[in-house]
Amino acid sequence: MIPIGHILAVGAAMFCIGLFALLSRRNAVAVFMGIELMLNAANLNFVAFSHYHSQSIDGIVAAVFVIMLAAAEFAVALALILSLYQTFRSVHLDDADEMKG
Amino acid sequence: MNWIDTHLWLIPAMPLIGVLTHIFLGSVIGRKAVGIIACLLVFISLCLSVWVFVRLLGMDPEHRHIMNHFLPWIHVGSFKVDWAFRADPISAVMVLVVSGVGFLIHVYSTGYMAGDPKYIRFFAYLNLFAFAMLLLVLASNVLLMFIGWEGVGLCSYLLIGFWFEDIENAKAGLKAFIVNRIGDFSFIVGMLFLFWYMGAKVPGGKYTLDFYEINSMAHMLPTWVAVTACVLFFGGAAGKSAQIPLYVWLPDAMAGPTPVSALIHAATMVTAGVYMIARFSGLYLNAPDAMMLVATVGAATALFSATIAVAQNDIKKVLAYSTVSQLGYMFLGVGVGAFQAGIFHLMTHAFFKGLLFLAAGSVIHGMHNEQDMRKMGALKSKLPYTWITFMAAWLAIAGFPGFSGFFSKDEILWKAFSSSHGHWGLWLVGFAAAGLTAFYMTRLIVMTFYGEKRWDEGVHPHESPPNMTVPLIALAVLSVIGGYVGVPALLKGGNHIEHWMEPAVTWTVSEEAARGHEAVVAGHGHHATAAATEHHGEHGSEHAMEGLLMGASVAVAIGGILIGWWMYTRRRDIPEKVANNWPMAYKTVLNKYYVDEIYHWAVIKNVLRLTWFSGKFDNWVIDGAVNGSAWLTRKVSGISGWIDNNFVDGTVNAVAEITRGIGARFGKVQTGRVQQYLTLAAAMVAIFIVGVILWPSIELAGKELYRQLFHIAAGS
Repeated sequence: MIPIGHILAVGAAMFCIGLFALLSRRNAVAVFMGIELMLNAANLNFVAFSHYHSQSIDGIVAAVFVIMLAAAEFAVALALILSLYQTFRSVHLDDADEMKG
Repeated sequence: MNWIDTHLWLIPAMPLIGVLTHIFLGSVIGRKAVGIIACLLVFISLCLSVWVFVRLLGMDPEHRHIMNHFLPWIHVGSFKVDWAFRADPISAVMVLVVSGVGFLIHVYSTGYMAGDPKYIRFFAYLNLFAFAMLLLVLASNVLLMFIGWEGVGLCSYLLIGFWFEDIENAKAGLKAFIVNRIGDFSFIVGMLFLFWYMGAKVPGGKYTLDFYEINSMAHMLPTWVAVTACVLFFGGAAGKSAQIPLYVWLPDAMAGPTPVSALIHAATMVTAGVYMIARFSGLYLNAPDAMMLVATVGAATALFSATIAVAQNDIKKVLAYSTVSQLGYMFLGVGVGAFQAGIFHLMTHAFFKGLLFLAAGSVIHGMHNEQDMRKMGALKSKLPYTWITFMAAWLAIAGFPGFSGFFSKDEILWKAFSSSHGHWGLWLVGFAAAGLTAFYMTRLIVMTFYGEKRWDEGVHPHESPPNMTVPLIALAVLSVIGGYVGVPALLKGGNHIEHWMEPAVTWTVSEEAARGHEAVVAGHGHHATAAATEHHGEHGSEHAMEGLLMGASVAVAIGGILIGWWMYTRRRDIPEKVANNWPMAYKTVLNKYYVDEIYHWAVIKNVLRLTWFSGKFDNWVIDGAVNGSAWLTRKVSGISGWIDNNFVDGTVNAVAEITRGIGARFGKVQTGRVQQYLTLAAAMVAIFIVGVILWPSIELAGKELYRQLFHIAAGS
C-alpha cells in the first residue's frame, strides 16, 4: 500500500507547479490551466485523507463538488477570456493593465 | 314702513359712488361727464333728503325719528355699534343744508374749476367730502360720526392743499390737519371716557355709543363726569369749528380753491362742531359748567375774530374771520341751551356765507385771481349778478331786518340774554360783535364794488359763466327768505324751526345739574327743554324786553352799516387816521393779534426743537450704535475670515494634500497586473505559513535570549 506521505507529496508538487504556472504564465489560458492543477492538487488531498483517515465518503463528495465547480468555473473563465480578447486583441494578462493606479 | 326708512344709507352712498367713478373711470369718461356725474349724485342725495324731510313732516311731532340699521359692525356681548343712520329733526335739517348747499357748490365748481388740469381729482375729493359729511350728519352713534368727522378732516386737508405746487398751500393744509388733530384727540378721549363711565360706573348704565341712548341716560351721570365729557367733546368741536384757541387754521385754509372755502370752510364742515354739540344736547344739559364754557368761548371768538376781520385786506381773509366769528355765534347759541337757534343760525349761515364765498370767488375769477380788496373797487357794473347776490348776502350777515341772518342771529342774542344758561354779559359781547360784523362787511362791499376803480392795468373784470351765477342766485334767494322758517313769536311768526327741532333736544336733566341752572322753576320738574325758562316769566315784560333787544340789534346792525358806508365812501381819511394815531393797535389787529406768532414761539418752535433734538439723537446715538455694531461686525468677520483662510482652509487643504500624496504613492502599487497581486498574496500566505510553523521555535529562542540577557544583567 502506498503510504499517505507519498500521495501528499505528489499533491504538494502539483499545487506548487500549478501556483508557478498561475504566477508566471502570460497566457490567460495557461494561467487557468495552473488554477486547474491547484484545484486538482487539493482534490488529491481530499481523496487521500478520505481514504486513509475516514470511513465515510465525505472527502470523495467534496472532490466531486470541486470537479463540478471547476467545470462551471472554466465555462465562465473561457467567456472572460473571449471578452478579454475582444477588448485587447490579446489573451496576455500583461496587456490588460487598464486598472493600474 | 316707507321705502326711504330702510334706505337712508343711500344718501351718503350716492357721493361715494361718484368718488369711485371719478377715481377709476375719470380719465375714461372725460371731464365733462365727471362734472355732470358729481353734481347729479349730490342732487340725488338732495332729493332723498327732501323725501326724508317730507316723511318726517308727516309723522307725529313727538316721534319724528327714522333709524336705518344698514350693516352690522361691532357686536361684543350686549354692546353694539352698527352702520346705522338716523334721521330726526336735527339731522334732517343738516342733511338738507349739506346736500342742498353742497349741490349748488358742486354746480358752481364746474364753472370755477373748468380750466384746472386737476379737474377730475377735484371732483373726486369734493364727492368724498359730501360722502363724509353726510355720514357725519346721519350717523346714529359717536363712532360712525367720528368716521365722517375724520373723513371731512381728510378732505379738508386734501382740498386746502389742492394746489400743492405752491408750498404755502401745502403748509396751510398741514396746519389745518394738525390743529384738527389736537381737537380730534380731545374728541376721542371724551368718547372713550364717556363710554367707559357709562358702562362701568353708572348703576343701571350700559356700554353704548348711540346718541339717543347717551342723551337719555345722561341724567344718571354725576355732574363732574358730564362736564368732563362735554369739555372734551367741546375740544373736538373747537378744533373742527375753529374756536379759540384752535381757530388759527381756518384763515389759512383759504389757500384752497374758493368753492372749497365756501363748502367746507364756511357752509358745512366747520359747522360740524356745532352740530355735534346739538347732537349731545342731553349730555350738555346735564353739564351746566361745560355749557357756560361753550357759550363764553363762542362769544369771545365771535368778538375777537370780528375785530381781526376789520383790518384785513384780502377778501377771503375777511370772510374767513367772519366765518370764525359767526361760528362763535353758533357756539354762543348752543352754549346757552338754544340748540335750535344754533342750528338755525348754522343753516342761514350756510346760505349766506356760502354765497359770500362763491360771490367772492366770482369776483376773484373775474379779476384774474386778484384777492386784495385794495386793488378792486367799482366792480358793481362789471359784475352785475355777483354784485346783486353779494348785496343780499351782505344784508343777511349784517342782520338787516327781514333777511335770514337777522332772524337767526337775533334768536341767538335773545336766548343768550334770556335763557337760564344765559347772561347779559354774553349778550353784550354778541351785540358788539354784531355791530362789528355789519361794519366790516360794509367795508368789504364798499372796497370791492363801490368807489373808484383801483385795478391794475390790463385787468378786465368780467362776469362769470351761468353755471357759476345760477348757484349764486339760488343761494341769494335762500339768504333772503331762509330766515322765515324761524320768525319769532314777537313778530307774529310761528318759529317753526324751533318747534320742529324741539323734540330732538329735550332731555331729562339730573337734579344736580338742574340746581346748576339757577332759574329752573318748581313745578317745571326735571324735564328741561332747551331754553328752559323762556316761557315762565311774565309774558308781557318778556316780550317788551325781547322787543327792546331786537330793536337794539337792528340799530347796531344799521348803525354799523351806515358808519362803514360813510367812512369808506366819504371819509377815507378816518381809517387812515385811526391807523396812524394808534399804530400799535392797528398793527396788532392787522397781524391778527400775533396769535400765529405766539403759537409759533410757544408751541411750534419747541416742537421743532424737540424734532431737531430727536433728529440729532437719531443721527448720533441710534445711527452711531447701528454703524458701530456694523463696524465691529466687519472687523470681527475680517479676523474670522483670515482665520478661515489660513487655519481652517489650511487644515482642510493639508488633509487633502496628504491624502493625495499618500494616494499617489500607494497608487503605484496597483499596477493592474493580476499576476503581481497574486504573487504578493501568495508570498504573504507563504510568509504566514512559515511564520505559523516557525513561531514556537522563535518564541523559544526569544525567551532563551531574554533569560540569558537578564541573567547577565543580574549577575553583573
